Amino acid sequence: MDSFSTDTLPKTLPTGHARINTMQMQGIVKHFPGVLAVDHVDFDVSAGEVHALLGENGAGKSTLMKILYGLYQPNAGEIVLNGVHAAIKSPADAIRQGIGMVHQHFMLVPSLTVAENVALGLRSSREPLLDLNTVAERINELAKNYGLQVDPWAPVWQLAVGEQQRVEIVKALYRGAALLILDEPTAVLTPQEVTDLFDTLRHMVRDGHALIFISHKLHEVLAISDRVTVLRDGRKVGKIATRDATKESLARMMVGREVVFQYQRRAVEVGPPLLKVENLWAHSDRGTDALRGVNLDIRAGEILGLAGVSGNGQRELAQVLFGLRPALRGEVLIDGQPVTGKQPAALNRLGMSYIPEERMIDGVITDFTVAENLILQMHGSRPFSASIFLRPRLIARRCGQLIENFNIRTPSQETLIKSLSGGNIQKLVMARELSRSPRVLIAAQPTRGVDIGATEYIHQRLLDQRAKGTATLLISEDLDEILALSDRIAVIYEGEIVGVIDRSEADVQHLGLMMAGVRSEPDAAPGAEV
Amino acid sequence: MIDQLLDSSVLIGIAASGIRLATPYLYAAIGETFGQRSGVLNLGVEGIMLMGAFSGFWAVYTSGSLALGVLAALLVGLLMGLGTAFINVTLKAEQGISGIGIFLFGLGLSELLFQQSFDGVVTVRGFPKIRVPLLSEVPVIGEIFFQHNLLVYVAFALVPIAWFVLNRTTLGLKIRAVGQNPQAADAMGISVARVRYLTVTFGGMMAAMAGASLSIALLNVFQQNMTAGQGFIAVALVYFGSWRPFGVMAGALLFSTVNALQLWVRTKGIDIPAEYASMAPYLLTILALVLAAQRVDQPAALTKPFERGE
Ligand SMILES: Nc1ncnc2c1ncn2[C@@H]1O[C@H](COP(=O)(O)OP(=O)(O)O)[C@@H](O)[C@H]1O
Ligand SMILES: [Mg+2]
Repeated sequence: MDSFSTDTLPKTLPTGHARINTMQMQGIVKHFPGVLAVDHVDFDVSAGEVHALLGENGAGKSTLMKILYGLYQPNAGEIVLNGVHAAIKSPADAIRQGIGMVHQHFMLVPSLTVAENVALGLRSSREPLLDLNTVAERINELAKNYGLQVDPWAPVWQLAVGEQQRVEIVKALYRGAALLILDEPTAVLTPQEVTDLFDTLRHMVRDGHALIFISHKLHEVLAISDRVTVLRDGRKVGKIATRDATKESLARMMVGREVVFQYQRRAVEVGPPLLKVENLWAHSDRGTDALRGVNLDIRAGEILGLAGVSGNGQRELAQVLFGLRPALRGEVLIDGQPVTGKQPAALNRLGMSYIPEERMIDGVITDFTVAENLILQMHGSRPFSASIFLRPRLIARRCGQLIENFNIRTPSQETLIKSLSGGNIQKLVMARELSRSPRVLIAAQPTRGVDIGATEYIHQRLLDQRAKGTATLLISEDLDEILALSDRIAVIYEGEIVGVIDRSEADVQHLGLMMAGVRSEPDAAPGAEV
Repeated sequence: MIDQLLDSSVLIGIAASGIRLATPYLYAAIGETFGQRSGVLNLGVEGIMLMGAFSGFWAVYTSGSLALGVLAALLVGLLMGLGTAFINVTLKAEQGISGIGIFLFGLGLSELLFQQSFDGVVTVRGFPKIRVPLLSEVPVIGEIFFQHNLLVYVAFALVPIAWFVLNRTTLGLKIRAVGQNPQAADAMGISVARVRYLTVTFGGMMAAMAGASLSIALLNVFQQNMTAGQGFIAVALVYFGSWRPFGVMAGALLFSTVNALQLWVRTKGIDIPAEYASMAPYLLTILALVLAAQRVDQPAALTKPFERGE
């Protein structure tokens, strides 16, 4: 244990439940078939602190925490609560001992109301009958205490992700969680929502809760935590007090080498508009209006970043642009020529490339080999086929080049895609799409689920493409990515472009407001009250 | 024919037998509603119905006691329900296929046991008609609703009870959650397997009651394959009723009334060949399923076995 004192904290939590003063995980090991997900990891947390768990995707953070929450059983190791060995065989055990978890993928039942979700699995005051009124009252109390605004009677499917997350936290508090695990809680939030969440977390810490905060975002870890433990490939590679940490030192621990945060952006002469979108309307899968009159234009040699909270029409826009979803109204133009409604193959020929959001579904064929995936749209044309036959030697040579140029780590060209890591699959998709020298590039969430190392590489490639005169639409929910790469930034909210601002004028505060639907007033002073 | 049909006594007769014939659908479909609400599709209802029909019939025939008949059917339904749960929940079988297996098992075994126990068709004295005092005297209404046997009344009583359990109790909340998002229920400390065992076993008992309602209350005989597809229709009725007990009841009444009408047409033997009349309820099932588009309460995890991902 660090020199951490819990003496100044109240004895019980405001929720009336007992505190967890200390929790230690010792020598935890977890195997999955073919993977050592967690390798002899020690981890601890005390009441009144936030201990961050930092690591790349696949480092083993979620696995370690699912062990603490009883979802997985460790192959070795021990959990000690308040100095006593704790047997946690199931989530029910964990809940009973005061441990709560807000999962990376929310654990809510969409068709039920907030109150029903909270009451789920708990004894009712009128057992066997439900007593939702009492539950709702208690929710309101908790919500008021911790600044977690939720409506007990709203069905969960109607809630925005930020609200759903508040429900998850209320759910854990309602069950008397003294130790709360938050697995990548900020991944789906706007900057303002992150600020609110951090306020709530600080409040909980003051009250004597112990918090574990999982993230791979360095600035958040630096902002909220007292201590940081870094995992890499299932092993603990470092533990330091946050006040002694810097972004650079944490990144080095996390990736295992120096990481560049500032890219060299060469000045590029922007050309004429290559891609134009005019008053574009489209339906979502559910038949509601996902795009409501989108206007955009992107010039040659320019990256236009499209920022926005997930689910505001980004997915549909990318699909319409690449001919995968019909437009209801409006026009898409390449070089002034209307291309609305054209098939992907035709758009390919016109010089458009697409890096899809769902790379495992739309980007690759998982049961094909690396080589087969690399020539996917080109297998039918020269030089890869002659009449009806593929030409294996030419294909092998070409693929060899791409694998080398794009630094794809694969045992061989014959390896099946599904056994590569997310970062390498994304590099493969990039290799295929960029090797056709596109004039227009649609990149949807190009680095989601990709480790920092590969992210850096992919970013560099997008900037290279910009220098070559490609018009790029970069769709991302990661504001840091948008700010690092874009020349101009458009913000989408509920299917409309709230505003387009220049890179030089962009700041996180302002963008955050726009992402929440607040229109930018052209003549409002920057930083004006809202 | 139309003017015969419009005769009031004929209409009352058809309505009353519509109510009566809804009974097996109700037991089977209400039981199946619980299973499906928790995420398990049991296509073997028909097989369990046949076993329930046989065991109830056999117990009444040998003991003369109607109570023992019901108990025997419930016991057999319990065992077959547990077996179904074991196959679908513990062994995580493909539910579309395992249900066919359970159906064929029930079909074959009930036939075999029947041949071993009886030679030829025999009948029993089943549940007698109960005229509800006063109410049964009301003209029209009384004849339609209040001159049935006990199992008919119980079947209709099940509907509000099922609604209440699903929507107003902590158990019902667990069932709905397990069917919609078993991962979430699991993370809240609920045993998904236990909930599903409970609903599937209850569904088995109700399917067996459905069979028994035919063999010891409505027809009072046992014949090979006497359910003739009613178990499959009951499964479809759950979809038709959008997983809601009162919706299921509406569907059951619709089909049983069409059935009653079809039987009446067949006794008249005019104009429409009997085969068309027999096909009617099945065609209507398909049509109704295509048209019934209300899917709000459809359990998202229906037919998906639960795994914690370890
Ligand atoms: N249920 C599972 N079955 C098999 N492998 C898994 C499972 N869960 C995680 N893994 C593997 O364990 C490693 C750690 O994963 P995870 O804990 O999810 O990482 P993180 O949360 O740090 O991104 C990864 O290689 C992942 O593929
Ligand atoms: Mg994770």
